[in-house]
Amino acid sequence: MSEPRVLILTGLGLNCEAETEAAFAMAGAKPDKVHLLDLLDGTAPHKLADYPILAFIGGFAFGDHLGAGSVFANKIRWRLYDDLLAFIAKGGLALGVCNGFQTMVRLGLLPGLDGDFKTPRATLAQNDRPGYRDAWVTLGFDPASPCLWTRGIDTMELPSRHGEGKFLADAAIADRLEREHLVVARYLGPDGIPTEEWPFNPNGSPSAVAGVCDPSGRLFGLMPHPDAYLYPFHHPQWTKRKLSGVQTAEGDGMKIFRNGVWAAMGYVD
Amino acid sequence: DAEIIHSLFSTYIRGTTLEVDRAVKQRGDSSWLVSVFHDNAGVVAFDDRDHLVYKVETHNSPSALDPYGGAMTGIVGVNRDPFGTGRGAELLANVWGYCFASPFHEQARPAGLLHPRRIRDGVHQGVIDGGNQSGVPYGRGFEIFDPRFLGKPLVFCGTVGRLPVTIAGRPGEDKTVSPGDRIVMVGGRIGADGIHGATFSSAALDETAPIQAVQIGDPITQKRMFDFLIEARDRGLYASITDNGAGGLSSSVGEMAKASGGARLDLAKAPLKYAGLAPWEIFLSEAQERMTLAVPEGDVAEFLALAKRREVDAAVLGTFTDSGFLEVVFGPETVAMLDMEFLHEGDPDLDLPAVWEPRTFPEPAGPAPVDLDATLLAMLSRLNLCSNETKARHYDHEVKGLTVVKPWVGASADVPAEATVFLIRHGAKRGYVLSEGVNPFYSDIDTYAMAQSVLDEAVRKQLCAGARLDRIAALDNFCWPDPVQSPGTPDGAYKMAQLVRACRGLYDLTRAYQTPLVSGKDSMKNDSTMGGVKISVPPTLLVSAIGQIDDVADALTLDVKFEGDVVYLLGLTKDETGGSEYFRLRGELDKFHAAPGEPSPYVGNRVPTVDAAETLPIYRALETAVRTKLVRSATTPGKGGLALAFARSAMAGELGMDVDLDAAPDLVALPPDVAMFSESNGRFVVTVAARDAAALEAIFRGLPCRRIGAVTAATSLRVTLGGLLRINLEIATMKSAYKETLAHV
Repeated sequence: MSEPRVLILTGLGLNCEAETEAAFAMAGAKPDKVHLLDLLDGTAPHKLADYPILAFIGGFAFGDHLGAGSVFANKIRWRLYDDLLAFIAKGGLALGVCNGFQTMVRLGLLPGLDGDFKTPRATLAQNDRPGYRDAWVTLGFDPASPCLWTRGIDTMELPSRHGEGKFLADAAIADRLEREHLVVARYLGPDGIPTEEWPFNPNGSPSAVAGVCDPSGRLFGLMPHPDAYLYPFHHPQWTKRKLSGVQTAEGDGMKIFRNGVWAAMGYVD
Repeated sequence: DAEIIHSLFSTYIRGTTLEVDRAVKQRGDSSWLVSVFHDNAGVVAFDDRDHLVYKVETHNSPSALDPYGGAMTGIVGVNRDPFGTGRGAELLANVWGYCFASPFHEQARPAGLLHPRRIRDGVHQGVIDGGNQSGVPYGRGFEIFDPRFLGKPLVFCGTVGRLPVTIAGRPGEDKTVSPGDRIVMVGGRIGADGIHGATFSSAALDETAPIQAVQIGDPITQKRMFDFLIEARDRGLYASITDNGAGGLSSSVGEMAKASGGARLDLAKAPLKYAGLAPWEIFLSEAQERMTLAVPEGDVAEFLALAKRREVDAAVLGTFTDSGFLEVVFGPETVAMLDMEFLHEGDPDLDLPAVWEPRTFPEPAGPAPVDLDATLLAMLSRLNLCSNETKARHYDHEVKGLTVVKPWVGASADVPAEATVFLIRHGAKRGYVLSEGVNPFYSDIDTYAMAQSVLDEAVRKQLCAGARLDRIAALDNFCWPDPVQSPGTPDGAYKMAQLVRACRGLYDLTRAYQTPLVSGKDSMKNDSTMGGVKISVPPTLLVSAIGQIDDVADALTLDVKFEGDVVYLLGLTKDETGGSEYFRLRGELDKFHAAPGEPSPYVGNRVPTVDAAETLPIYRALETAVRTKLVRSATTPGKGGLALAFARSAMAGELGMDVDLDAAPDLVALPPDVAMFSESNGRFVVTVAARDAAALEAIFRGLPCRRIGAVTAATSLRVTLGGLLRINLEIATMKSAYKETLAHV
């Protein structure tokens, strides 16, 4: 399979469509930005079923009124859920970043335990220190996680840009996530150990949870933005790294998009 | 022997730009000024696909009354300016800058004025929410503090956009309105909010100011409207667009009707938030999130259908005509019938006197401080020099993925960049560069020097990031106290003279630098008479520069990079401590306080000036050094002078610097405190690899370029002058002084 198509849902206050489109295109996919309302009313040229990859992007859908991702999730819940469940059943891959992660959690797509993708079992609550904040953090990834999007990734620096990112689930769910290695990414302190301490953990997430996947590893949500580290010069210290000769050819965030595209092409299972 | 100036704007502001454009064409180059002064924002050429659009506005009075709502409208309002330029520019980046009284203000304040901390918190949060929810990153942000902003804060908000060179087969900057085109209003609905907005903003703030004059923005409604309009734009569904800002429909339709020669507008067709608005209220309301478009008759159906699908309100309110009249009806009733000629040209010219009398101020009386370590730490912690990162991090600065040099740079990303660098789209190499200059403190001595200093500062910062000298455009935003002589303003003629001198300063230096002024805005009534006390802002000119860099991968930051790199000082330092932050520190140390409405002592008299014959050769040489990739870091001394420049570079790089200023005779000739803290223009501190030192010196042969030291692996900044170690401070100590002041507010 060549050039897997990617459906990037846009509109209604979302705003990371340009960088997400660039990321998937650089990763060898064929991204389509589609307004959610066009998909819902059938005027979009393609249907969800035509896509192996679905991207829930960052932004402020409906201004985050009534809770981040809530209204956008409800639009999908009432008008697209059957298509979405069919997409998952067929082995579709989904990536949710920031507001997109919030939407996936509100929908119940994540953590998607026991094949139930309709029951919300977690939430992304207000940061312990209130307010939106844009600052880079370091993430550590679980090598034992089934997540297809993060294969081969050990640590990664990415910007955290949100006001509601504290991942909360009741104890039983949280335990299962830990046991089944569904906590894909955690915030690391300067010592490389997962931390609940600000600013390294920007929101106070217990166990430093930054991203989770479903048990199949095909659905993945992450608070920090891999779509904001596509080029070497996205890194906050790039001017020095360039002179030091340690600059990589592309930004680390691209690894996540490449993994997703390779998985869609059948190279990863 | 009075001199008569017919229009400051035509003479000095547009004057400079026309001259620069003429000079470019005379050299045989093609003009890079695409559209200046006649549209909602300035447009300059960028590359073969897109032009750059930039506009900066102020929203001062609304922010004084309702800081959150007023400031949010400031940002989402200025977003509509690039969007209403040409046939619509997509938004790329925002800038903000605020002038406040101290958030720690403890003295009494006139009744009716909000505490400056409450104003500061509200203004920040409004622009944070407005920008973040619109999905537009911020590129620049500054704060200036002075007691005279207690009466009215200044809230500058600006937006950069990209306008396609060609839209639907026509130049993107072209807008036409033909008789028969429909008047279509898109976006939010009309309510009683923002009635009198424009008129109250242009009046002194007093107890009668109506709170409903403040417009309240809703960024999400606007974001959805913009997304829809970009689709409509690219399908060629409209011929012209402008925003509904000050004056609402009266202004937008009145302005667009000029092109066709008239309009017939039916206010009864306007979508309202609620019933009960009088026709004049519908006509004048400044309710937000609205654009007015000219839609050719044949495109109306498709335009409205697309709006419906995107869940955006759009309504046909009438037709553009060539009747020569702006006819406004409300159903069957005619409510206004205005001659177009009278509407646009009918206002009589004002005759305003200006009398310039230079003022003199006391110089510091007591002995200069001897302990320059303590002085530098005190400087770093001052409101006008310290870090405002706590607030600034709440603004997104990298959504869209086009930010290359972020607002905060260095090893811990905790020192503000001299200028920020952005791509215009994914996959491109070429970038644009944002910087600004603002320094109302110099105005107390001479606004001519003030205007030249702020332009010079903006240009220097551009060069520090690697911008080309020949593609810097500037915007001018004048925020003045009322300069019209009257019983309430007995010194109006002096303030008008300050305005004249500022315009002349800007004119002279923009011509010398060949920096066109492509857009701007004036705000001329920044006075408050709340509680019977008149407080006027100091004359404030913000120069916002937008430059270009051929390859963003060559951009520079100010942090020193490696041990062993050589430090150079470019340019000359003079005893120019007038209006300096150092003199205000001296005043505080001597326990002087400003009388209400007066500048804070010490003001001094030797204000920094600019001699382009001296500075330009240095700038050209620096541009060459940057282009040949010799320069590893670049910073420019501004407020706080040389000592602050060293401190910022060392703090950003988290490396030591060992500097010996005895290599610079101009510095040796000055008292040590003056050498460290004088704010002379035209200077840079750059570092290069040791192997490149000779090459750099060759480029600067014959110019003031002194090798003053090296970057070290130590953790301290050490500065020697006159054979004595004057400054020896740990970087960690400087950082805590720099960060603590505003860390928790």
